[in-house]
Amino acid sequence: MTQAQMQVSDEVAIEIRGMNKWYGQFHVLRDIELTVNRGERIVICGPSGSGKSTLIRCINALEEHQKGSIVVDGTQLTSDLKNIDTIRSEVGMCFQHFNLFPHLTILENCTLAPIWVRKIPKKEAEETAMHFLEKVKIPDQANKYPGQLSGGQQQRVAIARSLCMRPRIMLFDEPTSALDPEMIKEVLDTMIELAEEGMTMLCVTHEMGFARQVANRVIFMDAGQIVEQNEPEAFFNNPQSDRTKLFLSQILGH
Amino acid sequence: MTDTNVSFVRTEQIPPSPPPAAEAGIVKWMRENLFSSILNTVLTVIAAYVIIRLLMGIVPWFANGVWEAGSMRECRDILAGASGACFAVLVDRWDHLLFGFKYPPEAYFRIVIALVLLLVAALPVLFQTVPRKLLLFTGLYPFIAYWLIWGGSLWTPLMLLALFVLTAMVYRLIGEQISTDMRKIAAAVVGLIAGVGLAYLLFIGAGELGFIANSIGTSGALNTVAYGAFWLMSGFTYLFFIPMGIFVGYAIYNSYEGGGLVSVVTALLFLYAALTFVFGPVSDGLASVVGLELQAVASRDLGGFVLNMILGTVCVSLSIPLGIALALGRQSDMPLIKGVCVIFIEFIRGVPLITLLFVANVMLAYFMPPESNFDLVLRVIIMITAFSAAYIAEVIRGGLAALPKGQYEAADSLGLNYAQATRLIILPQALKISIPGIVNVAVGLFKDTTLVSIISMFDLVGMIRGPIQNATEWIGVYWEVYGFGAMLFFVVCYGISQYSQWLERQLQTDHH
Repeated sequence: MTQAQMQVSDEVAIEIRGMNKWYGQFHVLRDIELTVNRGERIVICGPSGSGKSTLIRCINALEEHQKGSIVVDGTQLTSDLKNIDTIRSEVGMCFQHFNLFPHLTILENCTLAPIWVRKIPKKEAEETAMHFLEKVKIPDQANKYPGQLSGGQQQRVAIARSLCMRPRIMLFDEPTSALDPEMIKEVLDTMIELAEEGMTMLCVTHEMGFARQVANRVIFMDAGQIVEQNEPEAFFNNPQSDRTKLFLSQILGH
Repeated sequence: MTDTNVSFVRTEQIPPSPPPAAEAGIVKWMRENLFSSILNTVLTVIAAYVIIRLLMGIVPWFANGVWEAGSMRECRDILAGASGACFAVLVDRWDHLLFGFKYPPEAYFRIVIALVLLLVAALPVLFQTVPRKLLLFTGLYPFIAYWLIWGGSLWTPLMLLALFVLTAMVYRLIGEQISTDMRKIAAAVVGLIAGVGLAYLLFIGAGELGFIANSIGTSGALNTVAYGAFWLMSGFTYLFFIPMGIFVGYAIYNSYEGGGLVSVVTALLFLYAALTFVFGPVSDGLASVVGLELQAVASRDLGGFVLNMILGTVCVSLSIPLGIALALGRQSDMPLIKGVCVIFIEFIRGVPLITLLFVANVMLAYFMPPESNFDLVLRVIIMITAFSAAYIAEVIRGGLAALPKGQYEAADSLGLNYAQATRLIILPQALKISIPGIVNVAVGLFKDTTLVSIISMFDLVGMIRGPIQNATEWIGVYWEVYGFGAMLFFVVCYGISQYSQWLERQLQTDHH
């Protein structure tokens, strides 16, 4: 824990001020205030529909916010397409359903964005891709297609694909929710390894063991608001709000 | 308690043995498929009877077929009352069926070469394993084929090719290679030209609309409505020609930073200017120095199955990209682009192809300036392409809609821009889903090219219906020529269908 905290720098990676979002009339995110320092690892939890996925999807502009400001890596997120593309190439994202490109091989999945967005030569991109595929422990699957891999393997490829862009921040949107229990571990192991290297991470997940082990901070959201945030020990052992207590009792109850 | 032993261990493998005779081979197959019940046995017998009767009719017709005769009468004399086909008409009119009756026979070989080269040009498009360098030939092929089929000076297609290449270079120059400051200047100039040009066109158009209104007049209720409508349109256009010009000009100027719109408009303006002012004089000048002439053939003289092939190939290869553009346009967030695409698709789909062909044949001539020489085949190609592009657009829209939203999000989250995401992620998958639908439209289009026989063009069907059946020596010939036509179309369409199924298997990336 102490070692993990040491890696957090004072440099701000993400700053969200007074951010609000509506789907039509429905107020999904309300006055979100959040500062993430470089190297911080944040786990966001909460009941479904609480806006946690929407929050991290706002950070790389997959969703537009209507009020307030989001600054990622010093770039203000506006409707300007250039800013959006800049931020997206600095921020990696993993999805619940992996969203690998089924018509491309694993290797092509990993080299596509570096080649086209970063303009890196194909050979160099392939070397980088193989490096990260080795890191997630599936270099031997490089020439297969996503449809031939198991869910856990696909999610690890998705992580490798994001890492190939050398992002400074990683967002995880429920990365283990669509996996069989025995595959969850292999994905979490990969994420833990990433955390240990000091990657700035925002992770929407219900894996409380993971939260205890790697998070600097756990954020609990409900009804579009941040209800409580604290260090994992304090969060799990001594929750302050009733809503948090209820939520924890429900997910840790059995 | 009885002594039950649930524990069991096999110590010897049972050797494999053949199945009983009644359970294998043709006997089994017949018993299962033909005589499995009384009803099926009865149906089998009836079906066998029908097949035998059909064969008894057809086989002698083919077997007795006469291949050498000068006319229907000679055929009948040779057959002497027996049932038999008069295939002699195919031999006699072979050239006409394939090339039409006005194409100069000494130039047939040019079409044959063009068709053989078509196969070569199509190879890299159809098969991934063919070396990519051949795509260069595919790009050149339309110009070569044009020269071979229509003849005339080689300089015409060469100049066209050069202009296209130059246009592409202008596009790249403006879009990628010059500095933002230079592009800003270019955008200002091009925006000004385009804005003034558009305002001028709208001004002329407003005048035309008023002219049409006046020529309709106000006699009768319907005319009054039309009169009012045209005056209204004319008035609106007069009101807005300057604002529209300024708006479009400013939009082009404003896009200098992204570079997309500026470079497209600059390239188009360049192409227009070059075609209008440079193309004619230069190609004429070059032709007068070095001829490189082939005997010129007018579009009217094309005919036979070759005309179907030309229309089919050109229209399919044009309508797929146009259909993709329309499908993407229909999904656009920009209301103007979306609106134009929706109106185009819905209008074209709501009108029968034959109507569009009549428009191409007759109506367009009214709208064109009298001296303009707008080729009939070109007009027909435009109409058929527009027609099938609208259908293909809807097929592809289905493919786009079938893609999970996650694919768009994954592409976005990796920082790919719209063009990259569309080209690398969305279209390859959407097109793969759309293959059966696209092939359906393509096969339909190919067969629909026979409709041009109705606007008095002599394609395969036009040849049969006109010059062949009306010739005194071949009156009464029917099954032979239409059967031959059907066979030609079947071969091509079945080939397309088989290819598409093969392609679908090739593109299958899961579970193998």
